[in-house]
Amino acid sequence: MRGNGGNVGIVIVSHSPLIARGTADMVRQMVGDSVPLSWCGGNAEGGLGTSAKDILAAIGAAWSEAGVAVFVDLGGAETNSEMAIEMLEPSRARRVAICNAPVVEGAVIAAAEASGGATLSKVVATAEELSP
Amino acid sequence: MEAGQSFLPGLIEACRAAIALNADRLCLLDEEIGDGDHGTNMRRGCDAVFAERDMLADLPLPQALERIGMTLVMSVGGASGPLYGTLLMELGRGLATDEFGVGHSFSPALSRAVDAVARRGRSVAGEKTLLDVLYPVQAEVSMHSTLDGIASEALAAAERTVAMKAGRGRAAFLGNRSIGHMDPGACSCALLTDAICRYLGELEGA
Repeated sequence: MRGNGGNVGIVIVSHSPLIARGTADMVRQMVGDSVPLSWCGGNAEGGLGTSAKDILAAIGAAWSEAGVAVFVDLGGAETNSEMAIEMLEPSRARRVAICNAPVVEGAVIAAAEASGGATLSKVVATAEELSP
Repeated sequence: MEAGQSFLPGLIEACRAAIALNADRLCLLDEEIGDGDHGTNMRRGCDAVFAERDMLADLPLPQALERIGMTLVMSVGGASGPLYGTLLMELGRGLATDEFGVGHSFSPALSRAVDAVARRGRSVAGEKTLLDVLYPVQAEVSMHSTLDGIASEALAAAERTVAMKAGRGRAAFLGNRSIGHMDPGACSCALLTDAICRYLGELEGA
């Protein structure tokens, strides 16, 4: 992690690696290196899909003591993210939240919030305001 | 339950063969009402478990089941990875406790594991998922049904998902158009149940 202090980290999980990476690009454009950021998407054969193993690694890569906000697209992404969080040690698991928000808008607005030093609960609440 | 060293590798191979034989069919079912990868995902998971079969054979059955569940979570992907993984992990944990009494633990442990799958998927019976096979299988097990009885009920239960409207998963996006297709998760669950029952039946007859 590069000079991002104690800001909340952002993880983007999509079935499509293109969407996950593209969303991460949009986040970076907005906040540069000021928040820890990681993404994952796709299955072992290079097709569409999500994997608890990759999500676990992505959470580790975007880890921040302030916590990590996870953005997911569809069903399996959420179920696998929940599974990955349960596999973390409890002291870390408590500091990871899956956001009920659209993946692109949610990740960008959450990163903007995180870059100002907001807490995890504030970052999550801001992103979730996007969902009706 | 049979404690021979070859018991678990044999069971794993039986499950892997059943999925490999039906992987294309599972993908086709999933293409109808989902994203088309259920057969590929399940085959990847079975191959990962198969690769660990010798290590698993050295573990007590409850720990082996828990480990199989973890391997499925890490390899299957899709929603079915966490769902089958939860089933096996909870079953292993349930069998590891002796709170139900020695020799009487399988049915309550299975029941608890199926409930854990329902919580994981935030689903209930009748939503056209693998739960629509797991609950009937659990009911047969609790009634001490024969292996043939359990297997036929599993296959019949998967058939009954054809008429159901999906309430969870990608298929739920299709609404009424999900009716008329068998749920791929229910199908794989029935195929695995059938394979397990056949394997146990062969052991009994041997």
